[in-house]
Amino acid sequence: MAEFPEKELMNSGHNACPGCGAAHAMRYMLKALGKNTTVNIPACCWAVIPGVYPSRNLEVPLLYTAFETTGASSSGIRAALKKRDDVDDAEVEVVGFAGDGGTADIGIQALSGAIERNTDTIQVMYDNEAYMNTGIQRSGVTPEGAWTTTTPVGSKGDWKKQPKKEMMEIVESHNVPYAATVNIAYPDSFVEKFKKAKEFSGPRFMHIYAPCPTGWRARPSDAVELGRLAHKSRFFPLFEIEHGKYNIYKEPKEDEVIPVKEYLKIQGRFRHLPEEMVEKIQKRVDTKWEQLKKKERFTQEELYE
Amino acid sequence: MSEYKIVTGNFASAYGARLARAEVVSAYPITPQTEVVEKISEFVADGDMDAEFVKVESEHSAMASCIAASATGARAYTATSAHGLALMHEMLMWAARARLPIVMTNVNRAMGPPWSVWADHLDTIAQKGSGMMQFFCENNQEVLDSILMAYKISEDEDIMLPSMVVEDAFILSHTREPVEIYDQELVDDFLPPLDMDQKVDIEDPKGFGSLVMPDWYMDFAKKLEEAMMEAKDKVKEVNKEFKETFGRDPGGLIEEYKTDGVDVLMITMGSISGTSKDVIDELRDEGHNIGLARLRTFRPFPKEEIRELTKDVNVVGILDRSYSFGRAGDAAREIKEAIYGYNSPLVKNYIVGLGGRDLTPEVLELIMEDSLELLDEDPDQDELDPEVEWVDLRIDRNKWRR
Ligand SMILES: Cc1ncc(C[n+]2csc(CCOP(=O)(O)OP(=O)(O)O)c2C)c(N)n1
Ligand code: SF4
Repeated sequence: MAEFPEKELMNSGHNACPGCGAAHAMRYMLKALGKNTTVNIPACCWAVIPGVYPSRNLEVPLLYTAFETTGASSSGIRAALKKRDDVDDAEVEVVGFAGDGGTADIGIQALSGAIERNTDTIQVMYDNEAYMNTGIQRSGVTPEGAWTTTTPVGSKGDWKKQPKKEMMEIVESHNVPYAATVNIAYPDSFVEKFKKAKEFSGPRFMHIYAPCPTGWRARPSDAVELGRLAHKSRFFPLFEIEHGKYNIYKEPKEDEVIPVKEYLKIQGRFRHLPEEMVEKIQKRVDTKWEQLKKKERFTQEELYE
Repeated sequence: MSEYKIVTGNFASAYGARLARAEVVSAYPITPQTEVVEKISEFVADGDMDAEFVKVESEHSAMASCIAASATGARAYTATSAHGLALMHEMLMWAARARLPIVMTNVNRAMGPPWSVWADHLDTIAQKGSGMMQFFCENNQEVLDSILMAYKISEDEDIMLPSMVVEDAFILSHTREPVEIYDQELVDDFLPPLDMDQKVDIEDPKGFGSLVMPDWYMDFAKKLEEAMMEAKDKVKEVNKEFKETFGRDPGGLIEEYKTDGVDVLMITMGSISGTSKDVIDELRDEGHNIGLARLRTFRPFPKEEIRELTKDVNVVGILDRSYSFGRAGDAAREIKEAIYGYNSPLVKNYIVGLGGRDLTPEVLELIMEDSLELLDEDPDQDELDPEVEWVDLRIDRNKWRR
């Protein structure tokens, strides 16, 4: 295991809730990428977390942008860096850092545009599975079954009915050189994969699993545990796609795998779910896992040998 | 060496961006702006323009990437029209509040539905409160000139605001006129490279645009307005410098055409001004004491100049190629408001040419004759609302034909 970077580029003092996974995400990411990094952030929790004017807790340049513009904003920064005489633009990592709503819903057009244009940028989706900044509304990436303020369950069982949008698949279909899922519960592999992303140029995509105790109706002290349970239950598999080749990493051993129920039950947002729904979610998780394994096999062996 | 080319308003825009050495261009095609995008693509592909052209997937992204590029220190340019400008709305506000000296061309076109690709100023006028400066052009030369001037004004350290150079759909965008393409060295002297001290920079990390509490926001807004006010003098100053450098006067804040001692003053914007001046000449030949002022800079609004111009005038006829629903034409409303309490001529607002409706010399002459007839009426000194007349509607065509 490579040494965990000591240098902090995110200082203490922030506006996140206790146990915020997104706060971990930025901290680990900057440890991996280092100081030659620009970060552009749209409207999301992270537009507030760095501090209110004139305070700021990041030691890298930070451009706040409008909600739906992350990909386009990163494109603009990259284009301008290429024109700067005082900068070796190849030495600078341009990161667009957005929530799941900013990435997968309102910002999906700008993301698609930026990665299709082969922009040299790392586009990050920190996934807290809802619009948290505006108070826990559903996003396309909210998992099936979840309560949010716009899927309020009510007397009719009106929880989120649709499964989680698969951003890794959407991004993969743009032929990016590198994409990976990472989980804040595993800082070592988190940093390792970001360092790996840094070795590529062109459009890269990082899907960060970032538990949100506030929005998930869980205990702040369970944030990291939530990350572990999501991984062990295969609810959020860790994998990377390198030039189309899938690779599952940190794969939980068969005897370590836990039922999804274990993951769901410590979160208030799933409390209402009847047993059949829990089973349905388990089934979907199993199917998705099978699919992922097949993709891995197909792309590693049959496609590339 | 300067040379004359016979080009459309769109090509004039593209040459303007090239002569200004825009470093990052980001734009999305829309009729009638498309040729700007195509021409700049050609310039870049042929190595005639050393710019990064970000070929975005929407106008919203076009302005978003211009904003990020400008915040990172590059001279940025974009062009759009109507629906594209409306889609950019959020980002126009952003560009102004971020105090970024982006320059764009907007080709004035009507908003749908019903779909229309023809001239109408509402797209631009609807952005009047965005914090962007707005320069309405009369001809293709002025389009090119205004882009060079706009960068110089926008990039002034006391201003730092984005600009919109405005050309009318088809009447300018697709009509070829002789345009002087200036010597690059001359332009380089007039417009040195952009040098921003605050920018996205890994050597000097800063944050741009963070959340501010109510205790701060208003003061930033006031600073923006102060820059706008400052820009009035800057427009005049740069106009003068432009004239000295290139031997041509783009018109500053407001262009006066035979306004000395007139009884009736017509006020126009954009491409109709050229034909209107011819009609003014004819009417003056017939002995009428009428002149014309062309409102070139709509933002910042030249209220002092308008007060001065209307001091001894009895009738002001204002032609608006747009309409703010529920009120009046914006030029008329703002002019009337500017002179209220200072001068009291009779003010009439003519709504003309929406969606590209043709404004022939005949129609313009009938409008001016209508204004001349008002000389016999009592001025409505206490009334802030201008009288509004929609010109050349299908139901009363006869009135507007000889
Ligand atoms: C155009 C626009 N629409 C809506 C909003 C309001 N808004 C701000 S942040 C946000 C949700 C952000 O959700 P996400 O991207 O998932 O990030 P999170 O807040 O969860 O970190 C919304 C809806 C906005 N700022 N701009
Ligand atoms: S709402 Fe969630 S994502 Fe947002 S700051 Fe709080 S814990 Fe973090």
